[in-house]
Amino acid sequence: MTMKIKVLYFAALREALGSSGETVELPEGATTLAGVRAVIAGRGGAWTALAQMKNLRAAVNQRMADPDDAVTDGDEVAFFPPVTGG
Amino acid sequence: MSVSVQQADFDIGAEIDALMAGRGDIGAVATFTGLVRDMNEGSGVTAMTLEHYPGMTEAALADIVEQAKARWDILAVRVIHRVGTLRPADRIVLVVVAGAHRGEAFAACEFIMDYLKTRAPFWKREDTPAGSRWVDARESDDSAAARWQQD
Repeated sequence: MTMKIKVLYFAALREALGSSGETVELPEGATTLAGVRAVIAGRGGAWTALAQMKNLRAAVNQRMADPDDAVTDGDEVAFFPPVTGG
Repeated sequence: MSVSVQQADFDIGAEIDALMAGRGDIGAVATFTGLVRDMNEGSGVTAMTLEHYPGMTEAALADIVEQAKARWDILAVRVIHRVGTLRPADRIVLVVVAGAHRGEAFAACEFIMDYLKTRAPFWKREDTPAGSRWVDARESDDSAAARWQQD
C-alpha cells in the first residue's frame, strides 16, 4: 500500500527548495520522519538542501518531532530551520 | 482566547485590563514585550518579516501556556505574537502573566518567552542595506530554555 502525506517547507528551506509544500507518495519502507527526508532529498538538485541544511527541525501533524518518529498515511509533515520568533 | 497570532499591533494596557476584568484575586501582573531593533549582527535593520506555520504556531503557544499553568500557581495568561512585516521599534510579542504574587508571575512570564523562542514555529527575516537575510537561531536561546527542564 502506498502512503500519501502532505509535506510543508518553511523559511530558508522553503526558499532553497522553491516550494512551500506538496503531496508526497512514499515508497514502501519509508515509515519514519528520517525516511521521508531521505526520499525527498534523494530527488537530487535543489532537493538535496533537505539533507544538507544544518540543524533542520521537523513536525508531524503540527507537533515537533524526532527523526525516528513514525509517519503514516495522511499525516502532515513539515521541515524547517530552527525557529527564531519572539 | 489566551493566545493570538496576528498582523495587527496590540495595546499592552488594554490587554492587562482585559485579563483583570471582573476579578479581584490578582495581586501581580508581569509583562514582557519584544521589539524590533534597528541593528542586529553588526548591520542596520530597516524591516523584519515574520513567517509562521499557521495552526502549529497557535497549538505550540497554547501548549507552552498550559505547561506554565501546570508549573506555577498563576491565574491568567495572554500571549500575542505578530507576523508579517514590521519596522524598528515595532512591537513583536507580548506575554502577560497574572498571579496572586509576583514570584510566580515573573517566573512563568520568563518561562513562556524562553519556550516560545525555541519551540514556537516563527522565523524572522530582516532587511539590511546589504540585502535580506534569515535570522540565525541563537545557542543562548537553547540554553535559556534548557534551564527550565525538570528531571
